[in-house]
Amino acid sequence: MFDRRLAAAAASFAWLACAAAQEGPGLGVPATPEQVAGWDVSIGPDGAGLPPGSGTAAAGKTVYEAKCVACHGVDGAGRPNDQLVGGQGTLKEAAPIRTIGSYWPYATTVFDYVRRAMPYVTPHSLTPDETYALTAYLLALNGVIEQNAVMDATTLPKVVMPNRANFDSAYREPRRR
Amino acid sequence: MTNRNSLDSLEQVAGNGLLHRRLFLQGGAAALAGATLLTARAAPPDVPAWMKTPGTPMRAYGERSPHEAKVLRTVNTTPSTTGTGGSRTPLEALEGIITPSSLHFERHHSGVPDIDPAQHQVLIHGLVERPLIFSMDALARYPMVSRIQFLECSGNSGALNNAEPPQQTAGGLHGLVSCSDWAGVPLAVLLDEAGVKPEGKWLLAEGGDAASMSRSVPMAKAMDDAMLALYQNGEHLRPEQGYPVRLFLPGYEGNMNVKWLRRIKVTAEPTMTKDETSKYSDLQPSGRAKLFTFPMEVKSVITSPSGMQTMQGAGLYQISGVAWSGFGRIRRVEISADGGKSFAQAALDGAPLPLAFTRFRMPWRWDGSPSVLMSRAVDETGAVQPTRAALMAARGAQFRYHYNAIQSWSVAAGGAVSNVYV
Repeated sequence: MFDRRLAAAAASFAWLACAAAQEGPGLGVPATPEQVAGWDVSIGPDGAGLPPGSGTAAAGKTVYEAKCVACHGVDGAGRPNDQLVGGQGTLKEAAPIRTIGSYWPYATTVFDYVRRAMPYVTPHSLTPDETYALTAYLLALNGVIEQNAVMDATTLPKVVMPNRANFDSAYREPRRR
Repeated sequence: MTNRNSLDSLEQVAGNGLLHRRLFLQGGAAALAGATLLTARAAPPDVPAWMKTPGTPMRAYGERSPHEAKVLRTVNTTPSTTGTGGSRTPLEALEGIITPSSLHFERHHSGVPDIDPAQHQVLIHGLVERPLIFSMDALARYPMVSRIQFLECSGNSGALNNAEPPQQTAGGLHGLVSCSDWAGVPLAVLLDEAGVKPEGKWLLAEGGDAASMSRSVPMAKAMDDAMLALYQNGEHLRPEQGYPVRLFLPGYEGNMNVKWLRRIKVTAEPTMTKDETSKYSDLQPSGRAKLFTFPMEVKSVITSPSGMQTMQGAGLYQISGVAWSGFGRIRRVEISADGGKSFAQAALDGAPLPLAFTRFRMPWRWDGSPSVLMSRAVDETGAVQPTRAALMAARGAQFRYHYNAIQSWSVAAGGAVSNVYV
C-alpha cells in the first residue's frame, strides 16, 4: 500500500510542471535586511535567530508569577491551560502527560513559542531577557538545566531535551521522475 | 399490500435491507415512488398566505431562510480564552459536497484577527535569491487556480478514542472537516519569483494572528499543489478562514494551512515549532512519537441517518454521507446495515474529485428492527478505512490525531440513532 501511495504522490508531481510553468507578473517588492529582521521572529532548532540577551530561572520565576501563573498554575502544574512541568515516564501510559520536560524535543521551541504567542493576552510584549529567563525557569522546573544556568543564544541550543531521541519523522520526499 | 410487494421486488445487495444503488439510477425512480411509505399531508387545495401578497424586495447580500437558523456550528472554546478552540461543521444538516463558508469548521489558536487588507503583506525570505514582499493588491494580479478540496483538522473525531462512545451528532463528532472551492495563487509561482536556493528544502509558514501560528512545510509540497488562497466558494475568504490570505495545502492536516499568512521563510530543515512537536505529533504505544504525519487518511461518515437523529418508522430510506482522503480520490464507499457482517457498494455523486468530499448514497429498506449502519471508504491508492478496533490496536490509547476509523451508527427499534462501537 505504501508503494502505491508513493506512486500516487509521484503522479501528483505532474502538477508541479503546470504550476512552475506559470509566470507571475513579478510584483514582489525587494525586502531589505532591516525589514526581514523586523518580521522574522522564528527560532530554528540550531538556535538560528536567537536574539542577544540572557536570563536565569530565578528571574524567570518572577516573570512567570506575574504573567503566566493564572493560566498554567503554580510552578507550571497546569490548569486551566496546559501543564508545563512533570509527566516524565508517562508517555507509554493510556493517559500520557505531555509537558516541556516529558515530551518536547527541542529547548529552542520554548523560546520560539513564548516569544511569538505568550503571554496569551499580550503576545510580543516580553523582552528577550524576559523570554530567556522564562525559558530557563521552565527548563529548570523540569530538571532539564541547573537552577543557576544562564540561557542565551549560545547555551539554549545546546540544551538536550530528555525526550529528544524519541521522535521520528514520518515525512518522505516524493520520488521525482 | 401494494407497497410491500414493490419493496420486496427491489434487489437486496447486502444484509438487513441494503438495496442496489441503481435504485437511484434510470428506472429506479418509479420503483422508489411506488415504494415510498411517506404520505403527503392530507390538505385540501390551498393557496398559502405567501401566494397572496408580493414577496420581499431584493437585497444586496443574501441570508438563508430564517427557518434554517437552527443549522449552526458546534462551538467549543478553550477555558480562560475567548477565541481559542474550535467550531464544528453540522455535517448532518448539509447535502452535496460544498460546505457553506458560514458553516466551515474553525480551529483558532488565539482568536480571529481583524486584518485590513490594505496593510497586510506577505514576506518570502530565508534561503531565497531575492527576499520579496507581496501586497494583497499585487497578489490579486497573479495567475490563479481554483479547486474543490476538503480541509480537515488532524484532531477531528478525536473524542472517538474515548473508552465509551460519546453521544453527539455527526458534526459534533466529525465536524472538524469541511469542503470548499478554494481559489488563489500557486505558491510555486511566488517561490520561483523569489528564487529558492538548492538547500531550501522546507519553509516556515507563519500567520498574522496573536498566536503567530507557525508550521513547517516540505518544499516538495510547496512546489506541487500549495496555494495562497484568497477566495473560498467564490468570495474573499471569511475572517475565520484566514482573510485576506491563507496557505492551502491540499490533503494536509488542517493547521498547516496557516491562516492570515504573513511570512514564508525558506529553510534547510524544519523549524520544529510548538505546533509540530509538542502538538500535532503522534505518540505511539512504544512511547516514541512521529513528527510530520501530514496527509489526512481515507475516511467517511454517514450523515443521514446519524447520531441524535430519530428515524420515522420502518420503510425506505436513503443512507447518505461524505467520504474523503488526503491521498487522492475516493475509489468506492461500502455500506453495511448489519454491523459489518455484509457490505455493498454505494452510489457516488458524479466523478470523485481528488482531495475533495465525495457524496455517497445507498437505498435502505429498514424493517424497524435494531440495526447498525457503517460506511467504509477506499481511496485510489487502495487504502481502506479501518475498523475502530483495528485502529485502536495499531495506535494505542495515546494517540489523539488522525483518527479515521469506520463510524458505526446504531438504530434502535424506536428509530433513535446513536454512536456505537462495534
